[in-house]
Amino acid sequence: MKVTLKVFRYNPETDKKPHYEKYKLDAVPTDRVLDLLEYVKGYHDGTLSFRRSCAHGVCGSDAMRINGVNRLACKVLVQNVGNKITVEPVLGLAVIKDLIVDMEPFFNNYKLVTPYLINDEPPPKRERTQSEEEHLRFDDTTKCILCACCTTSCPSYWVSGDYLGPAAIVAAHRFIFDSRDRAGAERLRILNDAMGVYRCHTIFNCTDACPREIQVTRAIGEVKNAIATGKID
Amino acid sequence: MQNYHQFDIIVVGAGGAGLMAGLYASRKASTAVISKLYPTRSHTGAAQGGVGAALGNLEEDHPEWHTFDTVKGSDYLGDQDAIEFMCNEAVQTVYELEHMGLPFSRTADGRIAQRPFGGHTNNITGKPVLRACYSADRTGHMILQTLYQQCLKNKVTFYDEFHVIDLLLMNGTAAGVIALEMATGELHVFHAKAVIFATGGHGRIWEVTSNAYAYTGDGVAVTLRRGIPAEDMEFFQFHPTGIYKLGILITEGVRGEGGVLINNEGERFMERYAPTVKDLASRDVVSRAMYLEMRDGRGINGKRYMYLDMRPEVVNKYAAADGRKRPDGSPYIVTGEELLSKLPDIIDFARTYLGVDPVSQPMPVQPTAHYAMGGIPTDMYGQVVIDEHNTVLPGLYAAGECACVSVHGANRLGTNSLLDILVFGKYSGLKAVEYIESADLLKLPNDSSDFARQQLEEIRNSKGDENAFDIANEMKSVMNDHVGVFRTDAGMQQAVDKIRELRDRFKKIKLGDRGKTFNTELLSAWELGNLLELSEVTAIAALERKESRGAHAREDYPKRDDKNWLKHSLAWMEDGRIVLKYKPAVITQYQPKERVY
Repeated sequence: MKVTLKVFRYNPETDKKPHYEKYKLDAVPTDRVLDLLEYVKGYHDGTLSFRRSCAHGVCGSDAMRINGVNRLACKVLVQNVGNKITVEPVLGLAVIKDLIVDMEPFFNNYKLVTPYLINDEPPPKRERTQSEEEHLRFDDTTKCILCACCTTSCPSYWVSGDYLGPAAIVAAHRFIFDSRDRAGAERLRILNDAMGVYRCHTIFNCTDACPREIQVTRAIGEVKNAIATGKID
Repeated sequence: MQNYHQFDIIVVGAGGAGLMAGLYASRKASTAVISKLYPTRSHTGAAQGGVGAALGNLEEDHPEWHTFDTVKGSDYLGDQDAIEFMCNEAVQTVYELEHMGLPFSRTADGRIAQRPFGGHTNNITGKPVLRACYSADRTGHMILQTLYQQCLKNKVTFYDEFHVIDLLLMNGTAAGVIALEMATGELHVFHAKAVIFATGGHGRIWEVTSNAYAYTGDGVAVTLRRGIPAEDMEFFQFHPTGIYKLGILITEGVRGEGGVLINNEGERFMERYAPTVKDLASRDVVSRAMYLEMRDGRGINGKRYMYLDMRPEVVNKYAAADGRKRPDGSPYIVTGEELLSKLPDIIDFARTYLGVDPVSQPMPVQPTAHYAMGGIPTDMYGQVVIDEHNTVLPGLYAAGECACVSVHGANRLGTNSLLDILVFGKYSGLKAVEYIESADLLKLPNDSSDFARQQLEEIRNSKGDENAFDIANEMKSVMNDHVGVFRTDAGMQQAVDKIRELRDRFKKIKLGDRGKTFNTELLSAWELGNLLELSEVTAIAALERKESRGAHAREDYPKRDDKNWLKHSLAWMEDGRIVLKYKPAVITQYQPKERVY
């Protein structure tokens, strides 16, 4: 089948402003959008720049807007989006070149929520035990691959990059509700802020954007609830 | 000086091995971790089924059994002292990861859950044992996340998206690395007393591969160019169950949970090849069986794939036939829901890429290039050793897939790669710390970045009209056809000739991107140069090994030959030519015997 791939282009060394390029390609319905980008890079224009690594939706490198919504280019097949495909960088982070954005603000927000297990009690000789129920309490948010699809789909984040954003709250959730962690209260203090959970207006873009199918809005709601009640359960 | 950085220890690569090394090194020494990817993008995150450790949480198990299984899995080429060390360390290492917060799946009594995996057995009965400690089917993801989080907690210094191009050696001692900052195109000098390579594998040599784009063998290629040999490059693992055509990994955990491989006649053919453990034989055994079935016309619809079937009714039928029991003694019966909860990503991959729901339909799979048993030679503490006498190169360490300890020998067991990165990542970090306490920072010459710059400039200024993608595709195709699961003298010779032709054509490639900012075309071309060199080393080492052992299966030499070939290969690149030497495998308690499953 014939596909028209329209790609956002911006090279800081040669372009005053961004523009779009169209590429007419032969594709099969099961091609990934990433495969099309690779083909363009190999045979049409070697300057086209984008990040990618695992190519099957687990490393989180290739988040971009595909026909207007945030997706991983390796997890969208041509048959999912039809033969007119527009690819643009995610919103809310500065474009460096073509589809590559500056990820530093995103990772900085992640680091602000102390995204690591905190428990200073001496560990037992073997594993700390945890019931399957306790494990399932935070299982969903452990799936996050930090691709930024959620955060950069959030209108509140577009308005202010100071908003921690869904991904950082998901990371906090993963530890707040882990029965082995002892710093949930501290994380709730960090998130109980104008730039914390209260910037979330339950628009659900994040949940739709998540390639790992994490219930992002629900996780944010659970954190809000924990702040409101002062209870983590 | 701009673009100059000084640390005690530099770690190259931020997957599981690099992060573990960085974590341990940074506790005692100034340490930086440099990676061409953001750490959480590393390929450790794609590992699925589990990490091997004889915790014995659900049934009897012992590190000694794990050791023997690994020796046998390696087809007796693995160094037994190192294997014993790794399997003994496994238990405490897994507990340590749990204490760091790794969210393992749990048993009914709250302990780390364990599942069966290929080649891991109860050494008395020979039956599969529950040894793979798992976190659903994203164990590698959870290891990578947990280690990155711990590095943040411990304030490890990262240089993300810095692509290491060269290793600096002064008087035969490690002194740092040269890296290109991807955002600016600038070269940086990282001056250090010790360097730890943890750069991962090189499975992008092959057409059908489970490996990430990033898996281009950078560490092995860089050290080869600096006169360090590569060990056992002829041994590369083909995982039996890659998604048809795409190669995306479907974990062996599917078979651990009871899934079976089926041929076009509806037969569970592994019963004929491995009567005791069947679908849970070692990967080399299963991949060969699939090829033989396909060769004899029993691929599905005559094509080059088989079915991996995990429909509950099929799992339950074969579990009953095998007399498989749960740890509590009840018959092994699964539901679709249970499979969904234990293998959610697999189900997602099958739906996304195959349009198949594996709870109600079987998945088309074929062997996929997966794991490098070979790499930079090291001892069991991660110290790089540079000749057949195991002479240590001071200050240089390697860990994880880029290294060859050798604990995997001729064939790695599933779950032992995650174990390898943890144990040897840790010990290379510890050993480097010990080393730098008495080592001097060696003075660097002013032109230390010249060799890196020269390599990149040659590519950038190349005047020809060859297309890099064409060269890559031809390389992958010839390596898949002739240096794959089964090999012959004529085929491998054809591959060597073709790769040499491609290396010549590579000197004449044409680049479109002349810029500095994120010039990914330039870096991809440099990576292709690495893959081409490693292809040639692989094909030549394979051509020279005139026997079949583990993943190296020759139709013209179908038998293992312990008399002549119970030894590791070492390949040097000398003036563009490859020179091979050999060193003996370490045998301690287990004498080689016939390998049956």
